[in-house]
Amino acid sequence: MSQQWPLWEVFIRTKGGLSHRHVGSVHAADPDMAIRHARDTYTRRMEGVSLWVVPSAAITASDPAQAGPLFEPAADKVYRHPTFYTVPDHIKHI
Amino acid sequence: MYTTELQKQAGVTTAEPAELLAAFEARVAADEFIEPKDWMPDAYRRTLVRQMSQHAHSEVVGMLPEGNWITRAPSLRRKAVLLAKVQDEGGHALYLYSATETLGTSREEMIDALHSGRAKYSTIFNYPTLTWADIGAIGWLVDGAAIMNQVPLQRTSYGPYARAMVRICKEESFHQRQGYEIMMALAVGTPEQKRMAQDALNRWWWPSLMMFGPPDDNSPNSAQSMRWRIKRDTNDQLRQKFVDVTVPQAEAIGLSVPDPDLKWHEDTGHYTFGAIDWEEFYAVVRGEGPVARERMQARRKAWDDGAWVRDAATAHAEKRSRRQAA
Repeated sequence: MSQQWPLWEVFIRTKGGLSHRHVGSVHAADPDMAIRHARDTYTRRMEGVSLWVVPSAAITASDPAQAGPLFEPAADKVYRHPTFYTVPDHIKHI
Repeated sequence: MYTTELQKQAGVTTAEPAELLAAFEARVAADEFIEPKDWMPDAYRRTLVRQMSQHAHSEVVGMLPEGNWITRAPSLRRKAVLLAKVQDEGGHALYLYSATETLGTSREEMIDALHSGRAKYSTIFNYPTLTWADIGAIGWLVDGAAIMNQVPLQRTSYGPYARAMVRICKEESFHQRQGYEIMMALAVGTPEQKRMAQDALNRWWWPSLMMFGPPDDNSPNSAQSMRWRIKRDTNDQLRQKFVDVTVPQAEAIGLSVPDPDLKWHEDTGHYTFGAIDWEEFYAVVRGEGPVARERMQARRKAWDDGAWVRDAATAHAEKRSRRQAA
């Protein structure tokens, strides 16, 4: 049986000014083919103006079991948000 | 998506810790999405692999009955539309295969399961497409039934599956409308064309109702799938919904649904319909459908005939990376 082609993650910029967003993945032998497959699979209806493909193996993801230690410390730091601070109503442009 | 990592973990979950299981059940019950790297019970993973790969296989096999009409479509417009629809089905298979791969199975394993006959696909594709009207009936009824099934799956509990279904549903509605348009055109055509449309409806009606699967009291996987929010509606609920919306569509173009027991009930706002021939359904599931063998032969031939292309692309990629390394 033929060797399995590696997996690539596909990111699309839907229009100028927006960032690329993950949409799915494709199998391809090399980067050029990954772009072609991504184009055929994910942009049949003008979904984008630019594509990124990244070898799936190159992605390091955070561990969901560590979501607490990673993200919870931000929860009690409300002073990072502007609404934490009281400013009298008559003070404008702040 | 993070397939390789998951594959390493796949065999580890034999004894499932009660607290993980309880946390998982609570998350699902609260309508949270489960993502590839989250802990999940082995049976949940297996159920999803089975359902999602069957779904992907159905999209692949679904290209065959329609594909054979591309060269015989009655106009350039119809040909362009059918080509786009068949291409969509291929795309849908790819979304679903890659979503399934996030569960730790490989594309190769899934395709091998299909070609060796271990995996199932929708029984509907084991019926032949005899006339052009069948292409209309498939779009209208088969895609219509598929949409009925797929809309609730956009909220299925497994994130990658739900996201694939959002894309699929967005693309699917043109499939149904183009099918109905074909039927509409035939229904106002010559008497012969109208007969052709009626004949296609006669042959595709019951198989379409069977697409929703066995009745609730005989559907072994339903209860667990509902609890895990993999499924959101039961087979019979969806079937009823399909009948309720489709019968008026047939009547509107002067076609009649081939069911002498079909009856509208003003008080409930629903139709009741005749008994489904479940013997036929199970026979088709067992692979005894009229063109089941032909479908798998066509699939295997496409795969084998394409082997040299895959090998050449692999060799080219290897040569290129050797050159870059040098």
